[in-house]
Amino acid sequence: MGIYSVIGKNLVEVKNSLYEGKSGIIFDPVRKEMGFRSALTGMVERPALKGILDRRMRVGLPVQGEYAYLATVEALNNAGIDAAFMEKNAVGILYGNDSSALPVVESVDILRKKKDTMMIGSGYIFQSMNSTVSMNLSVIFKFRGINFTISGACASGSHAIGIGYLIIRQGLQEVIVCGGAQEINPESTASFDALNAFSTRESEPQKASRPFDRDRDGLVPSGGAATVILESYESAVRRGATILGEVAGYGFSSNGEHISLPNVDGPVAAMQLSLKEAGMDASGIDYINAHATSTPAGDENEAIAIDQIFGKSRPLVSSTKSMTGHEMWMGGASEIVYSTLMMNHHFVAPNINFDNPDEAAARLNIASHTIPFEIRAFLSNSFGFGGTNSSLVVRKING
Amino acid sequence: MQNEEIIKRINQLLIEEIEIDEAQISPSADLKKDLGIDSLDFVDLFVIIENNFGFKMKAEEMSDIKKLDDFYNYVIRRVHPN
Repeated sequence: MGIYSVIGKNLVEVKNSLYEGKSGIIFDPVRKEMGFRSALTGMVERPALKGILDRRMRVGLPVQGEYAYLATVEALNNAGIDAAFMEKNAVGILYGNDSSALPVVESVDILRKKKDTMMIGSGYIFQSMNSTVSMNLSVIFKFRGINFTISGACASGSHAIGIGYLIIRQGLQEVIVCGGAQEINPESTASFDALNAFSTRESEPQKASRPFDRDRDGLVPSGGAATVILESYESAVRRGATILGEVAGYGFSSNGEHISLPNVDGPVAAMQLSLKEAGMDASGIDYINAHATSTPAGDENEAIAIDQIFGKSRPLVSSTKSMTGHEMWMGGASEIVYSTLMMNHHFVAPNINFDNPDEAAARLNIASHTIPFEIRAFLSNSFGFGGTNSSLVVRKING
Repeated sequence: MQNEEIIKRINQLLIEEIEIDEAQISPSADLKKDLGIDSLDFVDLFVIIENNFGFKMKAEEMSDIKKLDDFYNYVIRRVHPN
């Protein structure tokens, strides 16, 4: 696996940040000047790829594609998959992404100014499409297997891994590059800011994202990219690859209700299906990486849903969004990376800023500080607009 | 702008903007085969030429341009129509 995140640009940096409970949230004055209600955001430096990728590969790649490129280089290296392997084997890509707003805005700005589409250039079309990440990476890495993007709002990255798991389980593909990417720029989050869903705790950026805390006042948008290499067990063993964990179950559901308001039953159904697919009882889960974004209604409903299923076993729960902010299309994939890092490095990362629980959160076993711990199996939740829900169960091999 | 300056400027733009290897630049170089300029690069050349020489290239005028020398002459003709 590999990652480019607001809490670190590679697995080592991210593992250390998770352990230390480090926040990647800043106040962005540009957003304030533009008229944002909240200028808070996760932030990471834009990758410099000149000299690494040739011009044709760079001009069609938007910023979230750049993040995804670096995350995927790290993931392929760690998995021991090189160009020779990809030449002999059909490696696929299923990536979560649900917007590419900035290139759309920039290209239309050029058109409005120049009044001639020929002045837009060749790159913006490939940067603008939702499938930009999978289309670009498949060309850069010469993938020859399955190749498309999954857009499932803030569960995109999680669904991408879930669908990859199903395709491998079906025997249709042996190796699939799965992940999620999220652009960081004001253009992509302005309309979300309009929903009054973002935290306005601008005086304390690093305390603004506080999932499950009684005094939370909204989410903080963020971004980056995370890649996991899914591979059939037989192929991984044959190659002698280091197996970081097994995707044991994928559960999904749709709330069938409101476009933005979450409920309890949908997440319960997704979590139950993921456990059933994994052939596990609730008591087999040692840790839950909650979706909890720091919104009042979302966190409360998820806490009730988790308590319904896990009320007896009470596994440790944390939302890494307390540190990263809400990585949206990326989050479902990055949180698998974060949780797998915890599983392989024997700790549970903290839900920082969890000072006082509300009534629903008080029923959960929330890790408010770093806990040395052996995770044998974890469950990761991702929910999104339109009521889409995804839950993944990952466990240690022979764990 | 003198013809030599135009040629120098075109070479500079090809190296900096299209990232053509400087060693490959010669008047007899075939734009596609030698310099690797594909149909998408041509789209970007439209933008680069407008921004640097102030005129709009036309797609139908590109069909006769095979060598770099053809391209120099085309730009020179457009910059100095008479």
